Amino acid sequence: MLTLQFVPYEEIEGLSSGERVRKLLGMVKDDKIVVLEGRLKKEEEAGLIRKTMEEINDRFKGIELSVIYPEKKKTIGRTIRSNIADMLLGQRQGLTIIGPASLIKEIRKDPDKIQLLTHDKNRKKKRKR
Amino acid sequence: MINVIQRFIQKVLKDLFRKKKHIKLGLYGPPNGGKTTIANRICQDWLGEEMGSISSIPHETREVNVKEQISIKSGKKELLFNLVDTPGIATKIDYEDFVKHGLSVKKAKERAKEATKGVIDAIKWLDDMDAVIVVLDSTYDPYSQVNITIIGNLQARNIPVLIVANKVDLKKSDIKKIEAAFPQYEVVGISAKYGKHMDQFYEALFALVG
Repeated sequence: MLTLQFVPYEEIEGLSSGERVRKLLGMVKDDKIVVLEGRLKKEEEAGLIRKTMEEINDRFKGIELSVIYPEKKKTIGRTIRSNIADMLLGQRQGLTIIGPASLIKEIRKDPDKIQLLTHDKNRKKKRKR
Repeated sequence: MINVIQRFIQKVLKDLFRKKKHIKLGLYGPPNGGKTTIANRICQDWLGEEMGSISSIPHETREVNVKEQISIKSGKKELLFNLVDTPGIATKIDYEDFVKHGLSVKKAKERAKEATKGVIDAIKWLDDMDAVIVVLDSTYDPYSQVNITIIGNLQARNIPVLIVANKVDLKKSDIKKIEAAFPQYEVVGISAKYGKHMDQFYEALFALVG
């Protein structure tokens, strides 16, 4: 059985970068597939990879990570609006999927749909969102 | 607009490099893209010696390696740099994958442990780079999150980037896909293994930091 854990942006909004990484990674280590509203900062994504590497052992093999972000053609007005919205509200646009590598073999983006390819002893399963 | 600002910042940085004696030029990318093969090719071309060992087993490079004082020339121009070959960045490392490549369980576990440390070091070194060559295997899908995270982090730090689409000698190679994935950066297609298009690579390197 797979558990999808939805994390609204408000849940990480007030946390520091380190706390965000620890919170999300903690859920993934509990074998949950995290569906985060919005995105982490680029430095936080690197921090998540770094922290993941520190935690890898015989049981925990790492993570699969994917960020879905609506890449509309950027006009000057849209860029300014988007940057102001990011500053005021945080990076709420898009969706971040993080899952344990022991469960998820690969995450594919298409770009409007996400495919989670899971590990299965007998056959591969595809789950579409 | 963002591209214009980015180009301006890169130009300012480039002007700064002209005044520096040795810039730190990093090789970054996912495992098995050919970073060490490119490092070896550059060192062979300009120093007559190799830099590190290569292997078909992922995570062969598990430590950051630095080759100092490489000087490359193009006409009257000269570029001096320290080349930093970094371990491949990954989000998962499973020792069982190394066992499948024929390693004993003990050696596979050791390799996995070293590889995780290597990824941490590679990320730590990001802040020290003056310019970076992102090395991608052109036979693979470039839209992986690791590639996007690496390039996003370089962009956030305003570090000039050149993308190398390696392994163009292979049939599955698709440079256009890499160009489409990262349109804001110059992409050079090469085969580091066979030395194909290295002249174009050096030209692009001069354009980046020369």
